[in-house]
Amino acid sequence: MMKRREFLKHAITVVAGLSLPLAALRIVQPERLFAGQEDLRWIFLVDTHKCVGCGFCVRACKIENEIPYDANVTRTWVERYVVTTDGETFADTPIGARDGFTDRRIDLGEGKFKEIKDEEIEKAFFVPKLCNQCDNPPCVQVCPVGATYRVPDGVVLVDRDWCIGCGYCIMGCPYGVRFFHPVYRVAEKCNFCYHRITKGLKAACVDACPFGARLIGNARDPNDPVTKTVLAGRVGVLKDEYGTKPWVYYLGLSKEVR
Amino acid sequence: MRNHVWRPLYLIIAVIALILLVRTLVVPEDFGSHESGYMYGWHRKGNEAEWQQVKVKYQTSAYCKDCHREMYDSIGKSPHGIIPCEDCHGPGAGHLDNPAKLPIDRSRQLCLRCHAQLPSPSSGRSAIRGIDPAGHNPEAECSLCHNPHNPTLEELP
Ligand code: HEC
Ligand code: HEC
Ligand code: HEC
Ligand code: HEC
Repeated sequence: MMKRREFLKHAITVVAGLSLPLAALRIVQPERLFAGQEDLRWIFLVDTHKCVGCGFCVRACKIENEIPYDANVTRTWVERYVVTTDGETFADTPIGARDGFTDRRIDLGEGKFKEIKDEEIEKAFFVPKLCNQCDNPPCVQVCPVGATYRVPDGVVLVDRDWCIGCGYCIMGCPYGVRFFHPVYRVAEKCNFCYHRITKGLKAACVDACPFGARLIGNARDPNDPVTKTVLAGRVGVLKDEYGTKPWVYYLGLSKEVR
Repeated sequence: MRNHVWRPLYLIIAVIALILLVRTLVVPEDFGSHESGYMYGWHRKGNEAEWQQVKVKYQTSAYCKDCHREMYDSIGKSPHGIIPCEDCHGPGAGHLDNPAKLPIDRSRQLCLRCHAQLPSPSSGRSAIRGIDPAGHNPEAECSLCHNPHNPTLEELP
């Protein structure tokens, strides 16, 4: 039998041990203090007024990033929104708009189409979508093996050798930008064309856009045109309420866009 | 303590030791929590370089300028000057190994990406002249009548 005094002593030790802050157990890594590029943070700006829905960005992205061309998966896509005078919203993105929008009817899926008369259209526009390279990426938080991570310059990458293909990140992304790569059978996502931006080039979709609807820049550079627009302009982000802190900004967002 | 306590305990310790051993053998050296911290930084450092090594395919129009000066200048004066060459001709990587291989896409689909008439009052699409794909000379390729590098309507038959 344990004495009461002894029991209390043990209990205090255990509680104190449990409440030891996890931080105290962290191994000190000196390189963490010195690394990190404080002078570079990639930022993206989409001007929905300028987008015409030609889909050249989607095509360029698929070819540049070796996403099987005829598989119905893509790192970036363009959505068409049509709002009628009755206040109804229709949206479609046939094969991610890889071949653009050439049909005036809305693609409802399963071979069904919706014809909307010109005079019934209140507004209609195109919204390109891509990975938001969030500051708080939920897709990274849920990865059980450390196969996806954020680089100090902000881009979220996936390690194809390390990924086990469990699919948590695909479920976890509120923007739906992740998918299974049909060839590598691992999670796949937009990474702002990491191989291009690290060489001083622009992302393939940015270079492919004839209208300047897609721009990429460095948020740490106060003279960067994108940074200037985001600071001065009336810009918005998608699903701000999720707290993911996205870095893809939009000009001309509308409440219908989800 | 008695034997029936120690024996399973030894087993558990052995299993843990084995797991730790396998872990050090399997997990690469550069795996760990890097600059982005414990929450977002766990990864294999070498993977960053792997992504940087992906081959660049799209070279941008500036790359075509020196060899195809004539095309570059003529399209530059037309409203199509804003369209990168590679949007219509495909990526330029590998073109110099086999110049003839760069495809010439003469399909109507290419032009219809921008010129199919769509009611899109709240976007830049409304500033591009649209045609009805089924009604505007549907039997012929667009480039039969229009010069894609200089699509002026003045000299048309
Ligand atoms: C170093 C010079 C050089 C560069 C740079 C170059 N080309 Fe060419 N290109 C050639 C030569 C040589 C030919 C073959 C001769 C010909 O048919 O005129 C050719 C042929 C072509 C053709 C016709 C192919 C055919 O079937 O007849 C196209 C289209 C073309 N180039 C587009 C481009 C585009 C777009 C770029 C930029 C991404 C580009 N070229 C960059 C040298 C070049
Ligand atoms: C709007 C789409 C489009 C754009 C943009 C475009 N081209 Fe073309 N190009 C075509 C088409 C279509 C043809 C085939 C024309 C034909 O059938 O006569 C062609 C033909 C060519 C040819 C072969 C010409 C010949 O007669 O052999 C070359 C070379 C070429 N383009 C280079 C370029 C270069 C360089 C640029 C960028 C400065 C460019 N093109 C931009 C659509 C385009
Ligand atoms: C990336 C979008 C895009 C593509 C693809 C495109 N065009 Fe155009 N086109 C434009 C724009 C923008 C204009 C200028 C606005 C206007 O006049 O409609 C234009 C103008 C024209 C004009 C009117 C020119 C004038 O002087 O009035 C013709 C004709 C034309 N394009 C034909 C073509 C043909 C043929 C093709 C396929 C080879 C093609 N376009 C592909 C964007 C495009
Ligand atoms: C048989 C010749 C022919 C073919 C093929 C042809 N066009 Fe035309 N296109 C014309 C003529 C002629 C005009 C000017 C008269 C008119 O507006 O119909 C014209 C006008 C246009 C205009 C300007 C329309 C406007 O409202 O001012 C555009 C844009 C255009 N064409 C695009 C295309 C595209 C895109 C294709 C292929 C899908 C194409 N054309 C195929 C002969 C042709």
